[in-house]
Amino acid sequence: MELSGAEIVCESLLKEGVEVIFGLPGGAVLPLYGALSKYPKLRHILVRHEQAAVMAADGYARATGRVGVCSATSGPGATNLVTGIASAQMDSIPIVAITGQVPRAAIGKDSFQETDVTGITLPITKHNYLVMDVSEVAPVIKEAFYVARTGRPGPVLVDIPKDILLDERTEFIWPENVSLAGYNPPREAPAEQVAQAVKLINEAERPIILAGHGTLISHAYDEVRELAEKAQIPVVTTLLGISSFPTDHYLNLGMPGMHGMAYASLAIDKADLLIALGMRFDDRVTGRLRDFAPNAKVIHIDIDPSELNKNVKATVPLLGDLKMVLGQLVPQVEANVHMDWLHYIDALRVDHPSTVIRETDELLPQFVLRELTKATQGEAIIVTGVGQHQMWAAQYCAFLEPNTLITSGGLGSMGFEVPAALGAKVGRPDKTVWSIAGDGGFQMTMCDLATAVENNINVKFAIMNNGVLGMVHQWQDLFYEKDYFSTVYTRNPDFVKLAEAYGIAGIRVKEKGEVAEAIQQAMEIPGPVVIDFVVKADENVFPMIPAGESVHEMLEEPTPERTA
Amino acid sequence: MSDKEQKHTIVALVADKPGVLTRIASMFRRRGYNIASLAVGQSEQPGFSRMTFVVEGDEDTVNQVTKQLDKLIDVIRVSDITGRETVARELALIKVLATPATRGEIIQIVNLFRASIVDVGTQSMVVEITGEEDKINALYNLLEPCGVIEMLRTGVVAMVRGQANGQVTDDVGMAVIQ
Ligand SMILES: Cc1cc2nc3c(=O)[nH]c(=O)nc-3n(C[C@H](O)[C@H](O)[C@H](O)COP(=O)(O)OP(=O)(O)OC[C@H]3O[C@@H](n4cnc5c(N)ncnc54)[C@H](O)[C@@H]3O)c2cc1C
Ligand SMILES: Cc1ncc(C[n+]2csc(CCOP(=O)(O)OP(=O)(O)O)c2C)c(N)n1
Repeated sequence: MELSGAEIVCESLLKEGVEVIFGLPGGAVLPLYGALSKYPKLRHILVRHEQAAVMAADGYARATGRVGVCSATSGPGATNLVTGIASAQMDSIPIVAITGQVPRAAIGKDSFQETDVTGITLPITKHNYLVMDVSEVAPVIKEAFYVARTGRPGPVLVDIPKDILLDERTEFIWPENVSLAGYNPPREAPAEQVAQAVKLINEAERPIILAGHGTLISHAYDEVRELAEKAQIPVVTTLLGISSFPTDHYLNLGMPGMHGMAYASLAIDKADLLIALGMRFDDRVTGRLRDFAPNAKVIHIDIDPSELNKNVKATVPLLGDLKMVLGQLVPQVEANVHMDWLHYIDALRVDHPSTVIRETDELLPQFVLRELTKATQGEAIIVTGVGQHQMWAAQYCAFLEPNTLITSGGLGSMGFEVPAALGAKVGRPDKTVWSIAGDGGFQMTMCDLATAVENNINVKFAIMNNGVLGMVHQWQDLFYEKDYFSTVYTRNPDFVKLAEAYGIAGIRVKEKGEVAEAIQQAMEIPGPVVIDFVVKADENVFPMIPAGESVHEMLEEPTPERTA
Repeated sequence: MSDKEQKHTIVALVADKPGVLTRIASMFRRRGYNIASLAVGQSEQPGFSRMTFVVEGDEDTVNQVTKQLDKLIDVIRVSDITGRETVARELALIKVLATPATRGEIIQIVNLFRASIVDVGTQSMVVEITGEEDKINALYNLLEPCGVIEMLRTGVVAMVRGQANGQVTDDVGMAVIQ
């Protein structure tokens, strides 16, 4: 039987095991929606803004490890996806975005709602396709999913002209496999190089593991833990690697870098061996490269050859899938205790505690997050926006299971907190999902509270309402002579009333004493809830290594002048 | 170019699909790499083109260039053939002012370089030369005093030489015929 291009898209999505698509229709993509309505197995969640569609697909992908799917119409629909696609590209998130395009005959003529979306997304996708024949639809979709999820994952966009979706018909033939010459994601690393790495680990006196996002992507958390425990090696986790190693593990030193734990960064500074696992030495992690880990040899395991020797020279670069390479490596590593080194680190922890919450009656965001973690016992999925609250969540929340911190790291895109939380909850309905929002970021995408209500997506939204664009305010405080130009919101909406307007319970918390109860109450309410935590406005995040500087320039706590 | 910077010749086999050149050019632009010259054309395999890039940069940069190129899905394989035994050629057309006074001199220079004159007008001549970059530069320098009106160069194409041991290898040094 011959099917239309749109029906072939639906059949292909079924073959890929897709269960949900986040999207919003328009003229060029409407034929696809016409077909979708006849495929009840493909759940479509209608959003209020296409940015929410792509960021929900992102949250879904991060929470489940599966490919997230979103769709939009040509022109403005497609361009509204751009920020979310860029964020997914930076953080290696597998997404397939399907966009409608003007009919083939109209392409290149500045037709109504024509935008060159494959051109626009060229540098922010892993790969993209403009389908120009109905016979290509099925193979391209198969290839798109394959490229998105294999190797170093990333977003893939498929742009399909309306006439292919609507008028063209052909037999649906699902290709058996994908053959892409020259695309062969690496798997195991060469044995001799693994042996070199083993030797370095066995000889090291002050080794440290840097577990990154690749640990989660390759499901290598058990192997990382085994390595750490076998040779008693302390572990730091990048922002995106945080939930790959349990927060409460005695070898866990937390996040290093710009807003990381002082003792984590200081330990890196003293280490004689860095074992970097699926992390890309982002500048928020390294600070000034010249001064980063000056005493250390480096073992770097990564699946992307271009990450090896990009920022930090590796003594032993190992190209491969982290889980597989650790499978080769860990059995050869000798059991060890590193007694002196662990004692040294314990002393660092005592001298540089990094997460002490000072005594005050004021409602501090750090306090709220610590209470939240107590209530959820580190088992909830925490989705954050970008800014101070994001850093405090990384510092003060506990993460005991993989994929429980979902945050936009590389692009750092505000507005992520609402839609990504929706996607995470859709993907993991069994988990409690908290969206930790800034009042700034929340207002970028809060229109999609309606999506939560309409689809009964039970996300708890905690707004850390400080009335400022906090992180930028902090930079002005520290580096721009306290010139708080354009970072203060003097007339925020009443978030409780706003929640109610959406048909959601809203709770306001102004006092420390109300925090625990409000969190409890929110968790008991069976649907989405908004808590407006009215927190201290001018609190800064510490420790802080100023951009482009090193651990030696770290500001560990507010100077007296700053707290005054 | 600083001390550590050097010209590297990179060859790539790429899928012959619409937009491939854009993808490659976009990658170079976004990452701030300099292409000194670029040549593309059909390869021996249907559906695939071969490209030759001349890229300036230090070792680390050029390493990144090849890896980032290789990461593009439409790029099948990449190899930096700098320092290997290669045959490298470029073609240039040079239109030069030719007055009765200079015509003889131009012809002499052209012969010296084994170049050829492919067009003669009343006021100008077009010279065609094939060779390595230096040879073309040298010819240009000699013709310049006569008045060069226009020059067009194709960019370098390069290929690894056959091995003395009788093996036939392709760009990545893979033996294809024993
Ligand atoms: C306001 C703000 C402040 C920040 N401050 C900090 C900070 O203080 N500290 C910090 O750590 N971060 C911080 N970040 C985050 C930072 O910008 C980066 O996003 C983060 O450090 C990247 O972590 P990563 O390298 O582990 O993950 P990614 O950037 O996702 O990189 C993952 C790596 O793993 C590799 N990989 C993928 N799959 C596999 C596999 N199967 N096998 C092997 N390798 C694989 C990839 O090739 C890639 O190299 C901050 C972000 C923001 C917005
Ligand atoms: C889309 C976007 N615009 C601007 C920025 C720059 N920026 C980084 S953090 C920040 C402030 C965020 O404010 P808010 O969401 O209230 O969180 P807070 O820092 O106060 O916790 C801004 C403006 C950004 N990261 N993303």
